[in-house]
Order: sequence, then C-alpha cells, then structure tokens
Amino acid sequence: MSALSDQLVTFATLAYLIAMISHAVEYALGNARAVARPAAPARELVGAGVGAGGGVLPDGPVAKADAPPVGVDRSTARGRLAGRIAVWITALAAALHLGATVTRGIAADRMPWGNMYEFVLTVSFIGTAAWLAVLWKRPSLRRLGLFLTLVMVLLLAFAELKLYVEVVPLTPALNSYWFIVHVSTISFSSGIFLLGVVPAVAFLMRNGYEQGKRSFPYTLAKRLPAAAGLERLTFSLHAFAFPVFTFAVIAGAIWAEAAWGRPWGWDPKETWAFISWVVYAGYLHARATPSVRRNVATWLAIVGFLTVLMNLFGVNFFFTGLHSYAGVS
Amino acid sequence: MTVVEDRPAPPADAPRRRPNPVLALLRNSWRQLTSMRTALILLFLLAVAAVPGSVLPQRGVNPENVNKYFAEHPDLAPKLDRIGAFEVFGSVWFSAIYLLLFTSLIGCIVPRLRDHVRALRAKPPAAPKRLDRLPQHAVLTGVGTAGPGAEAGVADAVAVEAIAAELRRRRWRVQVRGTEVSAEKGYLKETGNLLFHTSLIAVLLGVALGSWYGWHGNKLLVAGPDNAFCNTRQQYAEAKLGPRVDSADLPPFCLTLKKFDATFLESAQPESYRATVDVEERGRATRTASFSVNDPLRLGGANVYLLGHGYAPVLRYTDRYGKTQTSNFPFLTTGDATLTSEGVAAFPDVNVDPATGKRNADLQVAFEGLYLPTAPQQPPFTRSEFPTERNPAVVLVAYRGNLGMDAGIPGSVYQLDQRQVSNGKLKQIGDRKLAVGEKWTLDDGSVLEFVGTQPYITISVRYDPGSALLLVSSTTLLIGLMGALFGKRRRVWFRVTPAGTPPATGATETAADPAGGSPTAGSSLVEAGGLPRTDYPGFADEFAQLVAAIRGDGTPGERAGEATARGPAGTREGAQ
Ligand code: HEM
Repeated sequence: MSALSDQLVTFATLAYLIAMISHAVEYALGNARAVARPAAPARELVGAGVGAGGGVLPDGPVAKADAPPVGVDRSTARGRLAGRIAVWITALAAALHLGATVTRGIAADRMPWGNMYEFVLTVSFIGTAAWLAVLWKRPSLRRLGLFLTLVMVLLLAFAELKLYVEVVPLTPALNSYWFIVHVSTISFSSGIFLLGVVPAVAFLMRNGYEQGKRSFPYTLAKRLPAAAGLERLTFSLHAFAFPVFTFAVIAGAIWAEAAWGRPWGWDPKETWAFISWVVYAGYLHARATPSVRRNVATWLAIVGFLTVLMNLFGVNFFFTGLHSYAGVS
Repeated sequence: MTVVEDRPAPPADAPRRRPNPVLALLRNSWRQLTSMRTALILLFLLAVAAVPGSVLPQRGVNPENVNKYFAEHPDLAPKLDRIGAFEVFGSVWFSAIYLLLFTSLIGCIVPRLRDHVRALRAKPPAAPKRLDRLPQHAVLTGVGTAGPGAEAGVADAVAVEAIAAELRRRRWRVQVRGTEVSAEKGYLKETGNLLFHTSLIAVLLGVALGSWYGWHGNKLLVAGPDNAFCNTRQQYAEAKLGPRVDSADLPPFCLTLKKFDATFLESAQPESYRATVDVEERGRATRTASFSVNDPLRLGGANVYLLGHGYAPVLRYTDRYGKTQTSNFPFLTTGDATLTSEGVAAFPDVNVDPATGKRNADLQVAFEGLYLPTAPQQPPFTRSEFPTERNPAVVLVAYRGNLGMDAGIPGSVYQLDQRQVSNGKLKQIGDRKLAVGEKWTLDDGSVLEFVGTQPYITISVRYDPGSALLLVSSTTLLIGLMGALFGKRRRVWFRVTPAGTPPATGATETAADPAGGSPTAGSSLVEAGGLPRTDYPGFADEFAQLVAAIRGDGTPGERAGEATARGPAGTREGAQ
C-alpha cells in the first residue's frame, strides 16, 4: 500500500507537470485580443460564492477575460483547447494526489498527517481541490492554473525528494482525537491559504500591468483576468480560511493543554502560528481600511503565507520544539 | 485614558479660545492611537516582535538551551539578555506593543459599541429622494393588485403591506413611512465584529488570570511508596507560583507511582505510555488512577501531566565494614530514542568506622556512568539498543574520596562535582559493566550490586484558573469572527407610486428590472433601490431576487423558484 502511495505521488507530480506545460501552451498561444472581448459563458452570470459563504465573486465584465473571441483566431482556439486539457489533467492529477494521500493513510492505518511529508501531501491536495472548486464556479480564472500547477509540482517534488519518510504509526503525543481535529483544520486552512497566494500574486502582477507597467514580471500578466476580480478572489479565499485557521489554533491550544499541561507555551510552532494569525488579521484589517491600498494589503497576505511556510518547513528544520514530529532529522 | 475620550468636544457655540494644549495633545494622541492605521502598525509590530521568540532559545520554553547559548556566545548573550531576548514574551517591549494594541482596541470598541447599540435601536432611515442613484435600482409593477377599479390609494396601501410582509419574512428590519418602505439587514456583521474584538480582550484577561493566580511545578517521581510525592513547594525540583499565589495555597494531595507501562515499536518509536498512581486527597479515600500523555490526571486543585519517563537503577553498596546502603537515584535520559541514561549513585555516608562511629569524608563513594535498558552484546557499552529492558546493564566508574557535598556549594545531584576530581580529592578506582544481579568487588573489599531498576516519570503539576475563561472567550471569538467576516450589511427602499405616475426618472436600464416598462392599470408602480453598506459583490443578485419575489401579486412562494434560478446568492448570506 505504501509503495502504491509512493507511485501515485510520482504520477501525480508528472500529471501536474503536464498540466503546467499545457497551461503554458495556452498562455503562449493565447491572443491578447481575446482579453478584451466580453462574451461571458452563462455560468459566469451566476456569480456564485466560493466555499461556505466565503464571499461572493464579482460578476459584470470584470473577469471575463477568457471569453471566446468573436473572430476566431486559430492559435487562440488551440490555446483554449490546451487550457481545457490542462484543467482535465489537473483534475486527473488531483485524483492521483488524493489516491496517494488515501493509500498512505491506509498503509499507516491512521490519518495521513503524521509527519511533514504526509502533511505537505494533504495540504497541497486541499489546495488543488479548492482550486478545482473555484474553477468550477469561475471558469474564466483558468489561466491562474499555470501558477497553481507550478506550485504543486514544486511542492510535491520537494516533498518526495526531501521530506520522504517510511510509514510509521503515531507517537503517543500525537495519538489523540484532537490530532484529527487540529491537524485536519490546519491542513485545510493551509491549503486554502496556499491557493489564496495564486490570485494574490496574479493580482499584484496584473495590477501593475493595468497601471501601465510593462517591465518583466508585469508583462506576464497581460493575459490574466482583470485585477479587481483577482483581488476579490484573494480576499474571499482568505476570509474563508482565516476562521478555519483560528479554529485550528484554538483546537491546538486545547490539545496542548491536555498533552503538555499548558494551552500556549511559545514553542516555535506556536510562535509561528501566532505570527501567521497576526499577519492575516493584519491583512483583513488592511483590506478594510480605505486608506491602505489594495496592493499593500495583498502583500500582507503573501507575507502571511510566507509565515505559514516558515511554520511548515522552517520550524521543523531550524528549531527543536515539542512539535518535533516532522520525521526528518 | 477613557477620561480623555469621554470629555465632550467643546460645544459648537462656545468660543474656541485658548484650547488647552495638553488636552489637545492628549486628544490627538488618543485619536491617533485608536485609528485603524495604528492598529495595523501595532499588529505588524507584534508579529515582528514575536520572531526572535522562536529564533532565540527562551527561558520559559527551554532553559537548558539558554544556558547553552550563553556558553556558545559569551559576548553576545549577556547583551541580548539585557534587552529580554531570552524572555521575549515577557519583555518590556513585547508587553508594550500588545498593551498599546489592546488600549487601542478598547478605544476602538467603546465608541463602536455605543454606535452599534444606537444603530440597533434606530429605525432604518428614510429613502433617499432619487432611488435610481443607488447602486441597485429597479422599477416594478403589479405589486399588491387590489382588483380592477379599486381606488389608487387602496392599491398603494396593499402594495406597501405586501412589500413590508415579504421583507419581514426575509428577516429584514422594516420601517414603513407612508408609501415608503425602508429595510435594513446584516447587523450581525457589526455585532460579530464587536464580539470578536471584545473576546480578544477576554482572552488576554484569561491569560493574565492564569499567570497571576496559577502555579505549576515539575517533579521526577520514582516508583514505590518510599518515593511518594506530596504537593508542597519544597518537593518540587522547580516550581513557579504566580504573584498572587502563596506556598500555603497549594492544594494538599500525595501521589505514589505504582506502575509505568510503555510500549514501543521495533524502531524504538514509542507507541503508548501509561502511568498508574495512588492518589491521596484530603478527605477522600486513597484511590488508584492512571494517566497518560494527552490524558492528564485531573485532581481538584490541579492537573497532573505526564511529560517523560526513565529508569532509576537500584544499586546496593556494601562498605568495607559490611554495612549496606541502597541507592535508587534516577538516571536521566540522554535524549536518544533508546533511553540511554546517565547519572550518579552517591554514597556519602558509608565507610563509617563502627569503632569510632566517625564518618571519614575521604572514604565517600560514588558511581557515575550509564544505564542501558538494552545493552549491546559486544562492547562498546555506550548506547542502549532498545528503550525497554531486554538486557539491562549499568556501566559505571567508581570513585572514592571526598564528594564535596559538605562544602555547602549546591551542585547537581545528577553529576559528580568535577572540581573534586580535578583537584585530586576524588579518585577513580575502576570501571565495570554490571548486568542485573551482578556484583562488583572493589579494591577495598566493598561490594556494589546492581539489583534492578525502578521506573520513574517526570510530571508537571499545574493549576490555571484562567483556562475556563480562555476556552469561553476563544469560542465567542470564533463565533464573532464568522459573523464579522460573513455578515453583510445592506439597505433597501421601496417607494410605491400610484398607478400611472411615472417614477422620478425613466432610467430603468438596470439588468434587474423585471418590469420591462408599461405599468398595468389598477396596480401600483413600485420603485426600489438598494445599497450594500459593506463590500458585498453578491448584493445585485440578492436585490434581483428580492425584487422578483415582491413583484406581481406579492405572494412570494410562487416566485421563489424563479428567484433561485437567477442565482443562489443572497439567501446564503442570510445574516440578521
Ligand atoms: C488585538 C488586535 C486586533 C486583532 C487581532 C484584530 C483582528 C481583526 C480581524 C481578524 C478582523 C476581521 C474581521 C472583520 O472583517 O470584521 C478585524 C476587523 C476589524 N477591526 Fe480589528 N483587530 C484588532 C484590533 C483592532 C483595533 C485596535 C481596532 C481599532 C482601531 C480594530 C478595528 C477593526 C475594525 C473597524 C474591523 C472591521 C473591518 C471591516 O470589516 O470593515 N481592530 N479585526
């Protein structure tokens, strides 16, 4: 079972890679003229929400960049085909990814969150699943898939090469139902935060592009959906993930009380969770403050994710604490 | 500081001569402090200030690492220590940031609470003159049809009633003023926001309560009735009492470790732990209880947590005069997974000449070395191979001489005083590996026997009176947060105009206008406008749905299907 899981991870990584290439082809073939044509597929009128009431995306002409151009240009059509293929391959990769995570859990006879390798596997799967959900609601955001698949390829390859450990049961400290509550919500919120970075980065590039910047990273944004929609998606994802993350931290504190006798002890993991929480609270504040520009606020969201990454990887590598279950030494 | 806040602004008609500069400065600073911008900067500072707390070792988390840091960086460490870098979360600067933040928070909440209470009691405001200037606007006909030939006034009243009823059904707060209906919804957003921010203060209070009135201590508890532990200050190796706690406040109870079970995988990874103790509490019969990691022993006035475990080798020493003493001093684990432990068994009161009855301070004996629960079959005997006792052995170096325990200098009970060794007062007299039951006869005829081991556990005993408040306030925090993030405040207005009268403008190009033009005879013309008061992209849908439901004969049930087909938004936002 464990070997099957490992193979599935490899296949999932390859599938993400192919999806990424396919997205890149779409990007390269995509005609800039297509961006300006507002002819929205019916689904986009719905303007449906992301997640459980996590804010609703805008409708109107904002994010309709992907609409089929009127004068069908052949390379554009091929680009769209490539894009669609990319999405299907991403879905396939997600299925493989899910299979890898599940078989890993079966092999270990527990939830697959016992060490950093499994944790990264789960978090990145949630990122992909949430991405597919977003895409289902708003197909026009498809081009962001390039960034998403890039992130996935990097994460999975990193996990496979650097974090891999054999399947082992949990240490007694982890053997608690709070483990499931705490770690599942942490993984879930981290996955959404991970996904949230994609439109955040895309927004910063696109925003620069819309303000007339034509230097290197901004030119990449030429074929991205409009900035306002990206910004709103960024917010929706973060507004959705933040309470989940808050709950996860609280659950962690309850667990820590039972396991170590104190709800909060400024262990490095706890310290970084605190930092992430404060930074994301700062993002939400900044976004609600009219005098703070949206790109400044978005930078805060990105800083927030860097702190999440720090907690995921950095703390395990650089510090020793009670949370030393990474399985890498 | 609230004093400044409460001071009323000078009345408009009062001549504004000589504004008190001090007051003006205070008021300005207060305004600055309670602005969102300041809150933002303080939040960011708080995050940055927490970073050194994870990078540098912290006394509260791991005092040994702090000592190590001092040894490794003898120049830098004292400087860092002076600015509190090893106690970041108790340092002046960290406290300053969060106290400022919370002051700002209180300054922010109080006026908003007042405004919100006012808003909750106020009626939804009257409609603006030009509804078509609002972000959402629609004109509809056929609301509240009163039958052909009915008087226009009657139709209007019916329409107004139908609209108000539909809005109430959708849990809007409704105010009817003549032919106008005003409605507002989504107060939950601000309620949640205030609940959230107030809970933050309660969380801080919970933390403060715990640190003032709480206490905790750590203890190493060897199995057996001789080693029973009673909850007094003196019995703790280390204890920390809050400033409002006295030693006499510690609740009396005693614990005796009866049994400790641990299971491990072949890889030496621990699988389960469980400690079984006898508990004596005042006024209760002695009972047996067991506890484990993740499952603390909850007593009346404190909780007992299992932190670690190890072995105490039982070593029996028979001195040159034939007198026997036994040591079961715990050997501390060295940190490896196989529980290699190190320690010392000291016998300061041996070799007392029975003739004189005098103790000779130069004939004290000590054994220092390792305990290996599973010793390897071949030398070197430096590392255990497994954490349970498959082949237990001690590897000891014997010392005789002056142990230096009488000098009054406190030393570690887990180590020999190396000064005595280096100044020649304490001499090595050989080393040996002993399996259980083996005896070692020293050069002077005295004998050491390795009898066996007793398990020990390390426990943390804690009392935290703030934990209940912490739990409650973090729950309300979460509830408030969700209300604040997902609530949407919005207003709508409806104005009923007698049939035939055109609305104030002809501008009905809004997509949501389902009326499509020509007013029907015998029914009223209704103009509707909507205003989202917070960032709420789904409002257009909700508005369209609302208008669709109200249109026609005003029985919303029939319209519901159509309304849902237009988009699922709106109902889901259902914040009230
Ligand atoms: C202890 C530090 C604080 C934390 C952790 C914190 C956290 C948050 C969070 C997470 C939100 C998002 C919820 C929402 O959108 O309603 C929020 C909103 C808000 N906070 Fe704070 N806050 C803090 C201090 C303050 C202070 C000092 C002020 C006043 C200056 C303040 C004013 C606000 C306001 C007005 C909102 C609503 C923004 C909006 O959605 O329109 N907060 N806060």
